[in-house]
Amino acid sequence: MFEILRKKLIGPKEYLMEVRAPRVAQRALPGQFLIVRVDSEGERIPLTICDDDKENGTITIVFQTVGAETYRMAQLEEGDHFADVVGPLGNPSDLVHIPLEQLRKMKILFIAGGVGTAPVYHQLKWLHEHGVSADCIQGARSKDLLILLDEMKEVCGNLYCATDDGSYGVHGTGSTALQQLYDEGKRYDHCVIIGPMIMMKFTSMLTKKLGIPTVVSMNTVMVDGTGMCGACRLLVGGKVRFACVDGPEFDGFAVDYDQAMQRSKLYKTEEGRLLLKEQEGETHEGGCGVCR
Amino acid sequence: MAISVDMMKKVPVREQEPAVRAKNFEEVCLGYDDEEAMAEATRCLDCKNPRCVQGCPVSINIPAFIQEVKNGNPAKAYEIISESSSLPAVCGRVCPQETQCEGQCIRGIKGEPVSIGKLERYTADKAKELGIRPVNSAKPNGKKVAVIGAGPSGLTCAGDLAKLGYSVTIFEALHKAGGVLVYGIPEFRLPKERVVAKEIENVKSLGVKIETDVVIGRSATIDDLLEKEGFDAVFIGSGAGLPRFMNIPGEQALGVFSANEYLTRSNLMHAYRDDARTPIMRAKKAVVVGGGNVAMDAARTALRLGAETHIVYRRSEQELPARKEEVGHAKEEGIIFDLLTNPVEITTSEDGWVNGITCVRMQLGEPDASGRRRPEEIPGSEFHIDCDCVIMALGTSPNPLLHITTPGLEVNKKGCLIVRDGSEETTKDGVFAGGDAVTGAATVILAMGAGKEAAREIDRYLKNRA
Repeated sequence: MFEILRKKLIGPKEYLMEVRAPRVAQRALPGQFLIVRVDSEGERIPLTICDDDKENGTITIVFQTVGAETYRMAQLEEGDHFADVVGPLGNPSDLVHIPLEQLRKMKILFIAGGVGTAPVYHQLKWLHEHGVSADCIQGARSKDLLILLDEMKEVCGNLYCATDDGSYGVHGTGSTALQQLYDEGKRYDHCVIIGPMIMMKFTSMLTKKLGIPTVVSMNTVMVDGTGMCGACRLLVGGKVRFACVDGPEFDGFAVDYDQAMQRSKLYKTEEGRLLLKEQEGETHEGGCGVCR
Repeated sequence: MAISVDMMKKVPVREQEPAVRAKNFEEVCLGYDDEEAMAEATRCLDCKNPRCVQGCPVSINIPAFIQEVKNGNPAKAYEIISESSSLPAVCGRVCPQETQCEGQCIRGIKGEPVSIGKLERYTADKAKELGIRPVNSAKPNGKKVAVIGAGPSGLTCAGDLAKLGYSVTIFEALHKAGGVLVYGIPEFRLPKERVVAKEIENVKSLGVKIETDVVIGRSATIDDLLEKEGFDAVFIGSGAGLPRFMNIPGEQALGVFSANEYLTRSNLMHAYRDDARTPIMRAKKAVVVGGGNVAMDAARTALRLGAETHIVYRRSEQELPARKEEVGHAKEEGIIFDLLTNPVEITTSEDGWVNGITCVRMQLGEPDASGRRRPEEIPGSEFHIDCDCVIMALGTSPNPLLHITTPGLEVNKKGCLIVRDGSEETTKDGVFAGGDAVTGAATVILAMGAGKEAAREIDRYLKNRA
């Protein structure tokens, strides 16, 4: 059992939790993820790692309530336990394998979308602790969805914000902000984009145009997450790859986003239906558009 | 005794009616009762030179346990089996006895062999009913062994080492111990709570510790286990790996699953139950591609979830790699076999969902390297099967994780761990391996045999080192 030591609401539907999971904390590196189960009948939910504390044996996760299971997770309080936390899973970011001297010379830009900010924070913090300063564009629909702003500022070189509705920072998306920076003469030689698939698709189209090598982190459907079920398969450069053992980070120019987005729809209706049924109970009468 | 025994034939075993069981997940085979088991046991000739034992990968003293069953002494029979096997309730259900013990039985020359598998199952179930647990009288020898994976090979290796006095910890990546017994083989063939969980309790009662949620290679490396966590040796029983696909158009479509995914959802995550939280597709018409036991399991699961279910296999019935009993059960339940048929494309609707599969007819040509006749396409024989779900059961390729995170641990061209000829020793000192991680996808009992052999070798290795 994995105890929740800290819980914080950091956005309208975004929660942060610090959980005791010594084995995961000990080995967690930027770019990796983990899987949690809320209780003994829970689904296996893959989540990015936002932070780790190796001394105290804790990890920090950030999630948004989007389905029945994350809604259930949000009901847990400090002192409650997850039935399972397993990880770290997937490969660490390539950045951790680059010699520090070389890394310190690189001009690295992160582009974070929505809760994709959490895993970007993990990477930025690791870089910061190793004396590497990287910039970040943080984008969201509106100001209240720009999570972890203070924390991000601490570990970032320059932090640029963008909101779709213009409520904070640049009015537009991460791409809008990147184009502006580019037009002002800013140049980068490595870019990491983490966010919703649609955002990664369009943002990497721009970085390709600007000639910045780009890495994206693919959050696919998963069951076991350890290289057994094959649910997380996607096409990268025309070849079948598995996000859990080959990724989750891939060449942003080689991923077939349309197919990946298509596949991520697989259980969406079923998930949504379960959530509404749970929230509305007996009063749920077709509100989800699926039930009759 | 009320049962009259035809010495040429097995005492028939009771099963759920096909029409009934096709709609539920209860166990298909109901097993022998006392009377039936004792009657079947009288068929054993108690050979002086028992060939059945040679046919058993873990060398159970088969005639001896059967004599105890015959004499109405299942507790003693269980004791005899336990000397050689840690998972008899499992093996009695899923071993391919027809090619092993029963395949060697003298009775089988003129008539049907003794129903050794069903008698093993009876003995193990009876022992459970009587509350008998294996006991460990070994004195702790102060040495620690780590076992990676709580599947058939790992559980066997761990149990045997515990009986030799070792302190054994199994590290399991999933949230539940059992490996393929819990994620792969369906409830209707191998009940999870009543059988698998109990067998695992038995292994634990020997003193084996099981730590779930630990992915060796990620949560800790093999070197961590040996250098930091104080283990003297490691056994790798990490099992099969990533599912294979055919690389035909449409395989990324919605409604295409690997058998591993489909079965894991249903078995490990209980998606077959109405109250389960992990979703599974309940298809109208499912096509399962492949002819092994996993294909049968996936097809029979899809059928029970309400689908008209087809098996598409490129060779003929004779070459089906699945056990005859499983093929027979599948047919009785109404699975449709499209043999000598090979998929060439999965077709999809505009919204990205599967709407069918295009296949070609095959014919058998000359024997290939495997000795089986090579299937060849019949030109111009394309045809289309409408369906909303395709399940690929084409085997697996090994998980690269341990190899890439463990310096000195070598794999062969296929990605399987290399072991020294005729042993379970890997290329890394103090590290042994067995089961699917070494052989590629095989059977539960072969993995158990390897686990057993590895326990002997680890014991020798640590004694020599001391």
